[in-house]
Parts: sequence; C-alpha cells; structure tokens
Amino acid sequence: MNSATYAVRDSATMLRRNLKHMARYPSQTLMLIGLPLLFLLVFVYVFGGTMGAGLPGVPAGDRADYLTFITPGILVMAVASVSISTAVSVATDMTGGIIDRFRTMAIAKVSVLTGHVLGAMIQTGLALTTVFGTAFPLGLETAASTTQWLGLAGLLALLSFAMTWFTVALGLVSPNPEAASNWPMIFIMLPFVGSGFVPVDSMPTGLRWFAEYQPFTPIMNAFRGLLAGSPAGSDVLLAIGWCVVIGLVGYLWSRYLYRTRAGN
Amino acid sequence: MVGMTTRTSAIEVAGLRKSYGDHEVVAGVDLTVPAGTVYALLGPNGAGKTTTVRILSTLLPADAGQAQVAGYDIRGEADRVRASIGVTGQFSAVDELLTGRENLRLMADLGHLDRRQAKSVVGRLLERFHLADAADRRAVTYSGGMKRRLDLAMTLAGGPRLIFLDEPTTGLDPRSRRDLWGIVRELVADGVTVFLTTQYLEEADQLADRIGVLDGGRLVAEGTGAELKRLVPGGHIELQAADSERLAELAGRFPEASRNAAALTVTLPHDGSLSTLRRLLAGIDDDAVTGLAVHTADLDDVFLAITDHSPADEFLTEVPA
Repeated sequence: MNSATYAVRDSATMLRRNLKHMARYPSQTLMLIGLPLLFLLVFVYVFGGTMGAGLPGVPAGDRADYLTFITPGILVMAVASVSISTAVSVATDMTGGIIDRFRTMAIAKVSVLTGHVLGAMIQTGLALTTVFGTAFPLGLETAASTTQWLGLAGLLALLSFAMTWFTVALGLVSPNPEAASNWPMIFIMLPFVGSGFVPVDSMPTGLRWFAEYQPFTPIMNAFRGLLAGSPAGSDVLLAIGWCVVIGLVGYLWSRYLYRTRAGN
Repeated sequence: MVGMTTRTSAIEVAGLRKSYGDHEVVAGVDLTVPAGTVYALLGPNGAGKTTTVRILSTLLPADAGQAQVAGYDIRGEADRVRASIGVTGQFSAVDELLTGRENLRLMADLGHLDRRQAKSVVGRLLERFHLADAADRRAVTYSGGMKRRLDLAMTLAGGPRLIFLDEPTTGLDPRSRRDLWGIVRELVADGVTVFLTTQYLEEADQLADRIGVLDGGRLVAEGTGAELKRLVPGGHIELQAADSERLAELAGRFPEASRNAAALTVTLPHDGSLSTLRRLLAGIDDDAVTGLAVHTADLDDVFLAITDHSPADEFLTEVPA
C-alpha cells in the first residue's frame, strides 16, 4: 500500500472512532441538533406573529412568512452548533495522552484531523436535514428549482466544510476543551447581528455596517435567494468567496497548529 | 510483526542533547541497548528521562546527537522507527469513551492489520492482560491498574519488537505494579526489547539487564544492578532515637552520621560486618535507642551516592559541632 492508500484507510479508521464517540453520547448530538430547532420554534411561535407583520415587501406578513425569512439563519446556526463539538473533541484529543500515541505510530498524520472533519460533516448533515424536516411541515415556502436546490445543497456543504476546518483550528489553538467550547458561541450569535432574523436595514448605523459586511450575511442572503427561487448572483459569489476564505484560513491554520503543537 | 534489521543493537545513542532556552534537559547522553534486553533509565524527577524517551520515540527533535532506534535513524527515518516501536507514555493514552476492545481494535486498524488478524490480536491481548471480562465496558470505568494494562496492550497491538515504557508503574498499587513487572518479563521472554524509565530503584533492579542513572541530563553511572552496587562500599545502619535529646547525643557521638530530626533517626555508614556493628553499638545506652535497622548496600545507596540528591534532603540538618 502506498501513502495515499494509508491516508484514506487511517482517515476512515479515525472517522469510525469519532462516529463511535457520537453513538456513545447521543445526548450531545441531540443537543447540537436541538439548539437551532429550539431557536426556530421560539422565533416562529413566540415572535413570528409580530415579526412577520414587520417584514418589508411582504404585505400582511404572518408566521409562515417569518419562518421562511429566518430559515437561512437557522441553517447557519445548525452548522455553527455542530462546530462546538468539533472544537471540543479536537481540543480533547490534543490535550490527552492519545495524540502522543497516534504520533508514535506509522499512520498518515492528517488522519487525526480528517477523522474529525468527516465526523463533523456527517453531524452537520443530520442537523441540516432536521432543520428542513421541521421547517417544511411548519410552512416553509420555497420556489427553488432542482438546480437551485442542488446549488443550495452545494453551498451548505461548502459552508460546513469551511466552518469545520476553521473550528478544528480553534480546537487546536485552545489550551483545553473548556476554552474550546467558548469559541463557537460567537458563530451561533453571528446570524443575529446579520440578515438572519431581521432585515439589516432596520438596524442602527454602526450595527448595520457590521451586519452588512460580516461573512454570514451574504451567505444567508444567498440561501434565502436560492430558497425563494431568485438568487442574486452577487450574493452567491460573495457567499462562495467567504466560504473559500474561511475554509482556506481554517485549513492552513489547522495544518500550521497541528505541526507546531503535534510536532514533526 | 515488523521485521527487525540484523543489527544486535535495538537502540544506539551518541551525544544526544536537548535544551529548552538556557536549560539543558538532556546534556550529552550516550547509550547502547542490545536487542532482546531491558534497559532502565533511572533518575529523579526532572533528570531528563521523559525527554530522552520522547526524543527516541520521534515525538521530539533532538538539538544534537545521533540516535538509531530499531536500526533506523530517528531523524531521517522517523516513519520506519514508528513502524517498529510501541510507546506507553507517562499519561494514560487510552480513549476513555471507547471500550477496551474498541481501543485495541483502533490500534490494530491503525497498525494496518487485516480484519482477521486484527480480531485475533485483539482477542489475544484481552486474554493476556486479564481484560476479557471488562472488554466491552468503556475504559472510563476501568481502575488505574486496568487502564495501565490496556495502555500497554494497545502499545503491543501492532506487534512492536521494541517498546518504550515511561514510568510504567507510577501511581499503581503494589499488586498492579507486580502484575506489570510480570508482563514486562513475559515480553522479554518473547524477545521484545524494553526501554523503560523509572524513579524506583527496586523496579530497575527487578527488571533491567542494564541500568543507566540519569541526573541533570547526564548519565552519571551505568551498569548492571550488581555493578552499580559495587560502586558504594557498604550499607548503613539506622538508629531510632528515643527523643530529640538522645538524637543530639547520638549525632554528637557519630560525626559521620546524618540525622533526620523529623523521624528521630541517625544514619551511619556501615560495611556490613558484625565487628563494626558491635563496636558502633558498644557505647550507646540501652534506653537511648528504641529501634535499629541494618541495611546492606542497595541501589538506593548507589543512587544517593552518585546523584547527590537525597529524597530526605529537606529533613536533614547539619550535625552540631
């Protein structure tokens, strides 16, 4: 076997390990998936009536209109929510004795990280499916074509891949699992100070400026456009651009940290 | 199983150095470990034992020096070294969320054994390390001794011919310690080379063919247990004083003695002969001493003599003139 075959085989072994961790503690996965769902339900049923009426360009907006408006924000939250566990499990591996054991074995070095990335992608897939599975029965309206659905799926995959590598880096840079668990809270909050729950035009100037330019806003706008069947090309391109930047920074940063923290 | 080279040395180290800032942790170590033997690196905390193991097991680059492990250069052929060795570090390296069986299977898979081989290796190791009954319990529920056994079993899953054990019995109860010694002896009987570090002289004496005494990053003595014992002339006698007044009196009588004020003991060098013992005791009042212990030379004496650190240093006081 050559080194590429080993890399695939070792990554698969590490993925199996991470899947076993998830299966052993289903409560954690359920919580990660439950958090965005909770936000969805609270916003739709508690705030939805009032908020739906305030949506610009929607005459006599209601709960269902607001549900359609916030679904992109909830999707981003679901991706961010899974990243909490990614950062924590990477930090746990790096601070325990097990990483030294892996490092003294003749295995593909990258497999430790790819195992986490693949595991997180599977968790994210579950979380996103759950969000859609809840939003549709509640009245999510979409006019997306098959191509637009594929585009949406591709963009969601790209976002979760990018976010996962970025949070792997956060897990590596954290001195312990507790510190690692703090970071991704920022990502869960970011949709609020963006176009996730209210139109950014309704915000005061300083906040609006931040909301307009932060990476999640074009990403959520692109999701919203694709779901509505009328995506703006600029939003989609900007969203792809941000994902590539986040993913690349995350990957290179992870690689650098892994080499320095985990040695040669 | 990983093929060994035809060399007879499992480890060859020359001029190994490692510093952190101004602090030289490993200050020029040379050593040779013949294949199939046990080498114990003995030293107090901070002597550089763990750093040496980390360098030899490719976890840490050395600043200077040469080292061949299992016939391969640790710098240029790190992956070949890794394929030949097993390492049990000082801290538990088991995945506590997995069961004992899953931990071993993980190691077998990462050791690139095929499915059938992996299954039989895992079954054998569970039996051998008395973990079969607990095989399907999560490692987090294991006792300290069981975790240590699992840790060692994981190290052996890939069939290494050379294993590094960094303080393998630290924190274990005496029974678990003896169990682990038994396992190490079995490994050696199978022809595995063992490089271990320990703070316990008894452990080095029990297990090792050769012992290197490491102090301040240097090997200050090396040899078999018997050779090292010959480095110090004799044993010592420990007298237990009845009270602190008697202690001062005894200390005054024997200027060469060291005194432990906290334990009310006086320790005198002694060559082991009856005549010296008789002479020593001749002038002492019956009620001045409540206890007497005669120690023949053991590795503790060697250790104290050559490393110049005594574990009781902080309690020793100068004998008043």
